[in-house]
Formats: sequence, C-alpha cells, structure tokens
Amino acid sequence: MTATQERPADEVEREIGRERRRKEDQRLITGRTRWTDNLTLPGMLHLAMVRSPFAHARITGIDTTAAKQATNVVGVFTGADLADSLGACINAWAITTDQVTPDHPPMPADRVTFAGEIVAVVAARSAAEARDAAELVDVEYDELPAALDLKEAAEATADTGAALAHPELGTNRSAYWVFDSAEAGTGGDVEEAIAQARTDGILLEREYRQQRLIPAFMEPRSVVVDPTGEQITVWSATQIPHILRFAIAATTGVPESKIRVIAPDVGGGFGGKLQQTPEEMIAFAVARRLGKPVKYTETRSESLMSAHHGRDQWQRLTLAATKDGRVTGLKVDLLADLGAYVAIVGGGVPVLGAFMFNAIYKFPAYRFQCQTVLTNKVWTDAYRGAGRPEATYAIERLMDELAAEVGEDPLAVRERNWIKHEEFPFQTVAGLEYDSGNYEAATARAKELFGYDELRAEQQRRRESGDRVQLGIGISTFTEMCGLAPSRVLGQLNYGAGGWEHASVRMLATGKVEVVTGASAHGQGHETAFSQIVADRLGVPFDDVEVLHGDTQISHKGLDTYGSRSLVVGGEALVRAADKVVEKAKPIAAHLLEASVDDLEFGGGRFHVRGTDQGIAITEIATAVFAAHNLPDGVEPTLDSEATYDPVNFNFPHGTHLCAMEVDTETGALSMRKYVCVDDIGNIINPLIVSGQVHGGLVQGIAQALWEEAVYDDSGTLVSGSFVDYLLPTAADTISFEIDHTTSPATTNSLGTKGVGEAGTIASTPAVVNAVVDALRPLGVHDVQMPCTPERVWRAINSSGSGGATEGAAAPHFDASTGMEGTVDRTAGAQDGGTDA
Amino acid sequence: MTRISLTVDGARVSDDVEPRTLLVHYLRETLGKTGTVIGCDTSNCGACTVHLDGHSVKSCNVLAVQADGAEVTTIEGLAQDGRLHPVQEAFRECHGLQCGFCTPGMIMQSVDLLNENPNPTEEEIRLGLEGNLCRCTGYHNIVKAVQHAAAQGAGTATAAGAGAGAGA
Repeated sequence: MTATQERPADEVEREIGRERRRKEDQRLITGRTRWTDNLTLPGMLHLAMVRSPFAHARITGIDTTAAKQATNVVGVFTGADLADSLGACINAWAITTDQVTPDHPPMPADRVTFAGEIVAVVAARSAAEARDAAELVDVEYDELPAALDLKEAAEATADTGAALAHPELGTNRSAYWVFDSAEAGTGGDVEEAIAQARTDGILLEREYRQQRLIPAFMEPRSVVVDPTGEQITVWSATQIPHILRFAIAATTGVPESKIRVIAPDVGGGFGGKLQQTPEEMIAFAVARRLGKPVKYTETRSESLMSAHHGRDQWQRLTLAATKDGRVTGLKVDLLADLGAYVAIVGGGVPVLGAFMFNAIYKFPAYRFQCQTVLTNKVWTDAYRGAGRPEATYAIERLMDELAAEVGEDPLAVRERNWIKHEEFPFQTVAGLEYDSGNYEAATARAKELFGYDELRAEQQRRRESGDRVQLGIGISTFTEMCGLAPSRVLGQLNYGAGGWEHASVRMLATGKVEVVTGASAHGQGHETAFSQIVADRLGVPFDDVEVLHGDTQISHKGLDTYGSRSLVVGGEALVRAADKVVEKAKPIAAHLLEASVDDLEFGGGRFHVRGTDQGIAITEIATAVFAAHNLPDGVEPTLDSEATYDPVNFNFPHGTHLCAMEVDTETGALSMRKYVCVDDIGNIINPLIVSGQVHGGLVQGIAQALWEEAVYDDSGTLVSGSFVDYLLPTAADTISFEIDHTTSPATTNSLGTKGVGEAGTIASTPAVVNAVVDALRPLGVHDVQMPCTPERVWRAINSSGSGGATEGAAAPHFDASTGMEGTVDRTAGAQDGGTDA
Repeated sequence: MTRISLTVDGARVSDDVEPRTLLVHYLRETLGKTGTVIGCDTSNCGACTVHLDGHSVKSCNVLAVQADGAEVTTIEGLAQDGRLHPVQEAFRECHGLQCGFCTPGMIMQSVDLLNENPNPTEEEIRLGLEGNLCRCTGYHNIVKAVQHAAAQGAGTATAAGAGAGAGA
C-alpha cells in the first residue's frame, strides 16, 4: 500500500523486442555446463553397445563368455536376456489405418535390420573397459538380402524374390497417403488441369531427389539412468523429456509416476533428438536389471550410423500451367524412405510436407500422394523442417522451371501466382487457412538489399561475354506451417498425441518469479526469450524471472520442442498463465488498497487506483499472499497460475531468399557471393536470438544443397559414417549473410509471433540450387542433383545439357535486359557450353 | 600406468594414467574438468580444444602422457580473477553460441587465433576456425564475435594473459 513514486507504466522499457544477451550464455562460455555425459553417480556403470556390421542378417549365435570374464565387467546382455523388460520403440503416428508397422524391439534377439543396430550391451566400471569387452562379444550372423535402393524396395514383393527389409511383412510398402483437392472440396481436379495443359498450356514433369541427411547435432546422445530410490531417474540428451517418459512407461509397464526424465543442457537437436531411442530403452533395462546407475554416451561414429536420419525422398512432380505461367494444377507423387522401422513420427514427416507444396501460391487444383517404404538403413524421422523443406524445394525449383519455360523473370512468375497481401486470411488448396502475410513487401525488401537488378545485369554481361565464371541468381519465396499443432487437426491426421503446451508462473515471496514451461530447450534461448515475455506481462525485472524446463518433476506437463512451436504455442501458454496471475492478484490488490476492483488498472508491474497516486506492486502482493494475514474472505492464498494452450491454427512464417552464386564452368566449383533473406516472422521477442536462428538455419539448408549426404554402399554400410566423410560445413565454407524482416503479425496468438527455428533451412536449399541452375541454364543445364558437388556440376555442364532432359530443354532463355524472350541462343550455348569457350 | 604431473588451469596435478588415455578423457574423467567436451572420434570437430603450453590443441588428439610437465588451460581456466576473457565476453555479446556445445573449443581456438593474429580479416578468421565445427550458428555470429574481440584488443591482451597464465 505504498504511494507510487515509480515511473508510470508507459515509461517502463518494454522487454519484448529488446536484444537481450542470453541468460544461458554465462554457464556455456565458462564451461559450467550440465551435459548428460558430465554426470557421475556413485557406483555408476558404463555401457558399450555391440552393433551389427550387416544391414540385414539373422543372428545365429552370440557368445558373451569372454566379455563377461573381462576385468571390471559387471554384465553383458543380449536382446534375449532383456526381452521381458526392454519395452519397445514406438511409432506415434500411423498415417493410415492400414499402415504396415514392423515391431521395433530396442535390441532385437533374432534379426538385425540395419548396419549399426544393437545386438548386445556390456556394463563395466569404466567406459574404456566396457568398450574393450564389447570387442570380445562374438556374434554369428547369417546374412540376408538387404533392401537398400528406395525405388527398388518400393516395387519389391515376396513373389519376385527381391529383398524385403522385413520378410515376414511380405512387402516394403508401409503406408500410402493421399490428399486430393477435388475429393477434399478445397479445389479442382488436377487430372483435368493436366489434360488441359497438355493440349493448350505448359506441362512440366520433373523428378527431384531429396538426399538422405544426418542431423548431426554437436553433442552426441547420452543417457544416464539411476534406479536408486522410489523413482527411476533418466537424464537424456533429448528434445522430448515428456514424450520420452510417456513412451518408456507405455512400453515397459513401469508406471509413468515412477519415472522422472530430465533433459539437462542439451547440445542441439534439429529434430535428431526428437526420438525415443533404443539406447535409452536399453540403458533403462540394464539399470533396472543391475540395480545400479548406468551411463551410455555414443561415439560420433555410432551417432552417425544409428541416430535417425532425415529427408530421403524421390519426388515426382507434374505442374500444369497456362502459357503465360499461371499454375492450374500440381500433382506430387512421393516415395519416402522410412529406413528399417517407422520412427516415432517418421511416417508423418512427408505428410507434414503435404500441406506445403502449394506454398505461397494460389493453385486451383492439387493432388499429393506418398508411399512410405521400409529399407535396411537406419530409420528416418524429423530433421529441421521435417517434410516442409522437401515440399519447398520441389515447388521453388518448379517455379524457376516454369519461369524458364515462359521466358520471364522467376520473381515475376511467382508474383503472378502468389496470394496477394490483401487476400489474407486465405484458404489454400491444401485445406489450410493462412492468417497473415505480405509476400510483396518481403520480396521488395529482399530485392533492394540484394541489388537484384544490378546482379541480373551482371549475369547478362557474363553470359554474353562467355565468361568462364557464370553468375546464377537463386530465388526462394517460401512459407511453412509451424507451431505444431492444433490437437484436433493432429487427431484428424491420426497422430498419437495432442499439440498443446503448458506453462506455469510461480510468484515467490521475495518478489522473484519462477516460470515453468513444457517446452524443452536445447539451444534456442528459451530462458531469455520467455523471461522477456513474463517480465513485460507482469512488469517485473528481466533478471528476476527464472525459467525452468526439461525436468518432468518440475515441469510435470509438456509436449516439448520441435516444429518451431516453443514460442508460438509455449509462449502463448506462458502469456495466459501470467495473465491469470494478474487476475488473481487484482481482488487482493483492491482489498489492500481499500479500493474497488473496478477502479484498478495494472501496468508496469503495479496496480494503480485510477485518479490517485495509490498503488501496489504485484511483487508486494506476492509477499502479502505468502503471509496470508490480510486477504479478502474466500480468496485462495496463492497467485501461482498455470495454463495449457492448444493452438487454433498452424503458424505461417514466410520470406524471400535470394542467393548469388558464381559457378566456374570449367571446374564445376561453386562460390557463394551473396545471400540475402527477408523473413516475415511476425512480431519479434528478441532480434538477437532470431538472427542466430536464421543464420544457423540458412547454413543447414545450404549444406543440403551443396555438401551433405548420407551415403550407403551396396552392402548397406554407411560410408559417410564419420565427420571425415559426412561434410558438415565449416566457417571456411560459409559466408556472412544479410538478413532483414518484414512484419505481418500472426493473428492466431496474442504476441503476434511466428516460428523461426526452421525457416532458414526450409527456404535456403532451393535458393541455392536455383542459383546453380540459373547460372548454367544457357548451357542447357536444368537440374543438378543435391548435393551440388563440383563433380556433379561439372558433369551436368558436360553432359550436353542432359541435366534436366525434359521439356524445359527447348525453353527460350529469359533475357534480363528486356524482360522478353531471350536473344541468347540456348541451343548453341548448350552445345558449345561455356566450357569450350 | 604412468605417472604424469602437469598444471591444469593454474593448479598442479599428478596422477597415474593408462598410457592410452587421451588428454580429454584425463581432463573430464580424472580431473572432472567437464567444461571441455567430446564431439567426435576423428579429430574433426574441435569441441575438445584446449591450450597446451599456450597453443591450441585438440585434446582428443593428445595423449595424457604427452602433457606431462605441460601447462594446460581449459575453458574453465580462461576467466581470470572472476573476469571473463574478452573472447568469452564477445561470444555472449555477439550471440556467438546457441546450444553451446562447440563453444568451449570455439572460444579456445579463437583465443589462439587472436594471439597469433590480433587483427585478422574475416577470411583469416574463417580459415583459423576451420577445424572447429558448429551446427547452430552458421558461423556468422562466431565470426562477428572474433571480430568484436579483436576490436577490443583481445589478441594483445590475451598474449599477455597467456604468458601470465603460463607462468602462474
């Protein structure tokens, strides 16, 4: 009940929008970290895994005698030894009711289905001794034919004698999922559009390869299980502590209430730690069997061969358009490689893409069909973007192809087809409602930053002079759906869980605030951004807010972090919880101020009596509630509040990305000269954190375009199985970026924010490949398969323009100087190729 | 077992180690210096970078016995008298880290880079950090952090600091 002398509310600096330095950084830059592998418990044993060297084999015998006799070995277990307690790895998303889903034992007893699968585990007093003993486990295998090639696997049947990943299933086909706009009532019949285009229009048929990628988070996965005490505690380098707890309970029979999962400091995930892993289940079983704490930390080689991979699709695309480049229909036919098992959301990844092939465009008709296929490779699942990068790549490559066909600037063709800003909210042909966006504004800003017209002019000069180094300009005008997800929609898609998020706000007696979120950070900066939100909402100092997460005992309820959901779903839950605190405090404030509730207003952390200088801080109310000496009758003595928020819609960030690439036509070497992106992610909580998300996302997308690929040999061995062979980009491979933002606030959450975690990755891959192809189009090149290595670029140049031997080969070349059909004779260019010049 | 004696972050330590023990395992498992982390098994990622007698090494690529008699500085010993090293400050200031797992190695390598070249160009920074992988930042803000630290005179300050540290 103090008279207010503080600054009025409107003078308090808003936290939202400030470039706050991160709260997380102090411990990370000084090495005072809590990575799972840092944990040591009394009597803790270390595990080492024995893994199959074969892609597909029957286990005919396992001799553990020598390993068991090794010094300081406490136990050696096979799948048979632990069969009754291992539980199972779950598939939470059967995309069709008749999906073929092989059982996934964490450690199979009779048959291995990919190279790297675990067949035995050793527990010893030190990690080195465990590994030494693992070498002594003698496993006999009877090798079986392996299904490795995605297309061949899709066609294989038991009758033909072709390899089946799981022979007992009789097929490699897991699920066939279809969306058709005519059937759904969201658009026309794509076959009619295709027939029309065939006779009087443009018909593009293309096939693109989404190569297999490895998430390659920097912290190898690690798990510690401690069965001491009433509860079994699991520390894991995971993105999904809550879902992991559910999955362990659901498959082992241990009550969920007896399991505590903690995700301490987690070193990156990118979807790669969105998994219930065999290693976690094996560690859980061994700890229970031995009654001792155990730790397992994978080596990098183990991580690359056994942690789930991403992408791996063949995309067959048919785009119908009018002669002036208006798209009339799009048909998408996908083959998606699941690997050896259907991972936790593995089958659903292509389905997430199904709603995004139409992207920012107004297509009258659309059909998507996808066959998921089992093979004898490590399972695939979410990797940054999960389904949406694949879709964005396909459509943004196609829009460039269409522009080449029409002979116009690719941006002009895009604009002819995209949703105009005054048309929002817009109902798409894929059945989604885009709430907001302004593609014109983002594109205009990107062109300005990029120097688009100047670079086009330079490109033209180089083409005319036959310069050995050609310049390509790549475009990607992307959107994505994120903020996963409205639970009702997930239910319609047969997903096994909801998409809500939970938050609570606890007002401590000393005026400090504890915020608990069900999101589980692993590099995103939740502690900082969420502190900013709560500081603003409650009017308390940023430094007085403590954000707690990643421990199911503290955060009892949550659905964790993936799909760019933490802010747009978890942040909204937080806002609602904080608002409830204010609502609870209000009658107490009125009581203490001896004023009417109706005369109070809240701002800058204080309740004020309108027209007076009387007021009280919400932190003072927290102290008064703690004492509870003087509260209104019938009022519960607490301000603590929680909220569970289920989003009403997905969230649709968008942006325009432009890439300038120099291509040496003699060597195939590429040199990125400039990359500009203007993303519209709505209102921004912390611009610094956003910039980091964008930069990192860009490089992961660029890496798919240029460097990364998980490669298996003919026997099913991962040959890109170390960082020597799997090419993560280094600082020397990359450039500095120019990024900016336009702002169309989301209308479906109160902060007006949109997700940003995946945007850069989703957008950048097609921008880069479009740039490479754009540079080489006069030489007859229409496609370069990813990753666009110098060798592949060189081969594309030197295969007489067969890089995309489709209709596009005869297309006239766009002449930037006139905007009209080109004056460059592309046929001559293709034959002579700048290479001979 | 072989007896080794060395100085780690200013403290004199002595232990019996297996000859095959890597320096990084000695630091983490014997000394509890878990600030230094392991990111790969092929010496590609640089997450385990420390200073050995004032110069950066990948501690997964050095045997503990090779560090006998040496001065080792880890990320935990970089701050002096409660004050962050300018490179640590710069990484925070420029948001040069996200998950933070590569950060100890990245900072130790950056300090070494600036000691050798107090005013590097962007290209020199990028080449100097080529042996350290980061999956989060896209390197953009790491480069900015090193530039920021250079502008604060980190290279010259560190050179003196490293000398003092080595003599401590």
